[in-house]
Amino acid sequence: MAYDKFTVLTSTAVPMPIENVDTDQIIPARFLKATKREGFDDNLFRDWRYNSDNTPKPDFVLNNPIYSGKILVGGRNFGSGSSREHAAWAIYDYGFRCVVSSFFADIFKGNSLNIGILPVQVSPEFLDKIFQAIEADPKSELEVSLPEQTITILSTGEKESFAINSYKKDNMINGYDDIDYLQAMKSEIKTFAEASLY
Amino acid sequence: MSTPKSLFDKVWDAHVVRKIEDGPDVLFIDRHFIHEVTSPVAFLGLETRGIGVSFPERTFATADHNTPTINQHLPVADPLSANQLKALETNSAKYGISHWGLGHVKNGIVHVVGPENGITQPGMTIVCGDSHTSTHGAFGAIAFGIGTSEVEMVLSSQCIMQPKPKKMRVNVNGKLGEAVMPKDVTLYIIAQLSAAGATGYFVEYAGDVFRNMSMEGRMTVCNMSIEMGARGGMIAPDATTFAYLNGKELAPKGEAWDKAVAYWKTLPTEEGATFDLEYTFDAADIEPQITYGTNPGLGTGISQNIPLANQVKDGEASYKKSLGYMGFAENEQIVGKPIDYVFLGSCTNGRIEDFRAFASIVKGRKKADNVTAWLVPGSHVVESQIKEEGILDILNEAGFELRQPGCSACLAMNDDKIPAGKYAVSTSNRNFEGRQGPGARTLLASPLVAAAAAVTGVVTDPRELI
Repeated sequence: MAYDKFTVLTSTAVPMPIENVDTDQIIPARFLKATKREGFDDNLFRDWRYNSDNTPKPDFVLNNPIYSGKILVGGRNFGSGSSREHAAWAIYDYGFRCVVSSFFADIFKGNSLNIGILPVQVSPEFLDKIFQAIEADPKSELEVSLPEQTITILSTGEKESFAINSYKKDNMINGYDDIDYLQAMKSEIKTFAEASLY
Repeated sequence: MSTPKSLFDKVWDAHVVRKIEDGPDVLFIDRHFIHEVTSPVAFLGLETRGIGVSFPERTFATADHNTPTINQHLPVADPLSANQLKALETNSAKYGISHWGLGHVKNGIVHVVGPENGITQPGMTIVCGDSHTSTHGAFGAIAFGIGTSEVEMVLSSQCIMQPKPKKMRVNVNGKLGEAVMPKDVTLYIIAQLSAAGATGYFVEYAGDVFRNMSMEGRMTVCNMSIEMGARGGMIAPDATTFAYLNGKELAPKGEAWDKAVAYWKTLPTEEGATFDLEYTFDAADIEPQITYGTNPGLGTGISQNIPLANQVKDGEASYKKSLGYMGFAENEQIVGKPIDYVFLGSCTNGRIEDFRAFASIVKGRKKADNVTAWLVPGSHVVESQIKEEGILDILNEAGFELRQPGCSACLAMNDDKIPAGKYAVSTSNRNFEGRQGPGARTLLASPLVAAAAAVTGVVTDPRELI
């Protein structure tokens, strides 16, 4: 099923220089009770974003009007823990289309790619440079080019390449997903299943 | 001579339907478990696309994540949870999927009921929309957690698209010390490697500590693999595995059993097989463990003090944030810290051996007055065993009650929430901020450490009570 195509994204970014941001923080389990895929943005980072009486916590970055944009920049080991795709949905529903970190947890990375969020893994040094650029000027923009597989800090011109396999890259550029691919393989899968040991 | 192969390579390679150049492998999935929380949107996706379930006999549904653990005979009070449970029932019926809902005699936590009914077998590929699917690797299966888009993928095609992970082997040799449980072994390994130390890898556990471990213990170890970032962990099948499976309802029978065992015996890693990364630990270095921070890598031997920031792999700011949330300080002693709650249960430690261990400490003692204890069996089968073996009597005598099966306070989706600011010694798998309830503070530990805390009201070394 097609999602938004991703080619080049130029945007300001929201900095979250915290390590090991786990999916329980991105969306706590008590907000996983929906049977439809809608409205998860309100509960993105719920317990970091709101007090228990639902008033916003002013020192949390999403509540700081200085920062905005379609790119979320997180610390090392972003998205660890639970496999809940709701974490990726919440990030997407909030308006982010790209998450940058120096290291991603596997399941989160896969979930993001499956719903049209581009996870961009950069070196720890480049991640620091991004944080510094945003700190110097919150309106500083990043340019993420999927065709070129590069991320650029526009204020300084510094650039780094990132990895993505060509299958997933083509999917994202064209808005295809894995189910489209697998539906075209049905007879091959059926033959394989008939020879299965289990 | 052919290149020596690992257990992981043998199972993975036997399931590749197609290799995509510079892309993932298309991997055939033998068994798919679903539960009420991560499946509804996948079924919705099938409807939107107008496609069905390709192999419904390969998918098994059980309700566990949001189910209440008391009064299960009554209607579920929370309308959102009730709605998810109803969706699981309706979707399973619509597509012809086996469904063990709330109240069913086989109901329980997905990673407990799969193995105990013989659904999980060596050499299989197994997935579920739950990261602790790694549990099933204890049988020598490749088992890992997936997202909801992938649940839809498996329902519609019985395949998943995955790049082949790198391989890691973790060896633990020697004899475990007194009161050292499989949970301590895994918490020790995670503390050594950190919460991200195995990301990108699939782990094989090897060495005599795992060879001598029961299936329950192996499940605890493989379960926690995800807590160091690994997609999954596995242990080669052996006589212990076969003895556990023999006679289980959905395991092969008669001639099919003999044939299956003959195949399973070919699976273990061959001498000379290579791994991308290998660690070796000495069992003698492992004491009962406990965590003090907000990721499972922040744990230590129970007799140790909380490390200084420069002694851990996490960055200083993240480490201090973590200790701040826990209300702890660097270099503090952990033993003696007062606690408020004890949780025995979850897919990590909700099996019969865990209840036997807990009972061995509380027998003849009394629950501490300041402690609220939630003891939650992993399944109705475990619940029955607890009663049949007389464990329930021991627990009741000591002032404990048994609840009904489910995930419960491990992720606190139901009413079993640890209140803000309170400390819980928990046998579950995650000590993340708010995991067991908003503001809850979790110390992960083994059933023996949990029992020692439950009867003393403070963090206590179980070796003092044995």
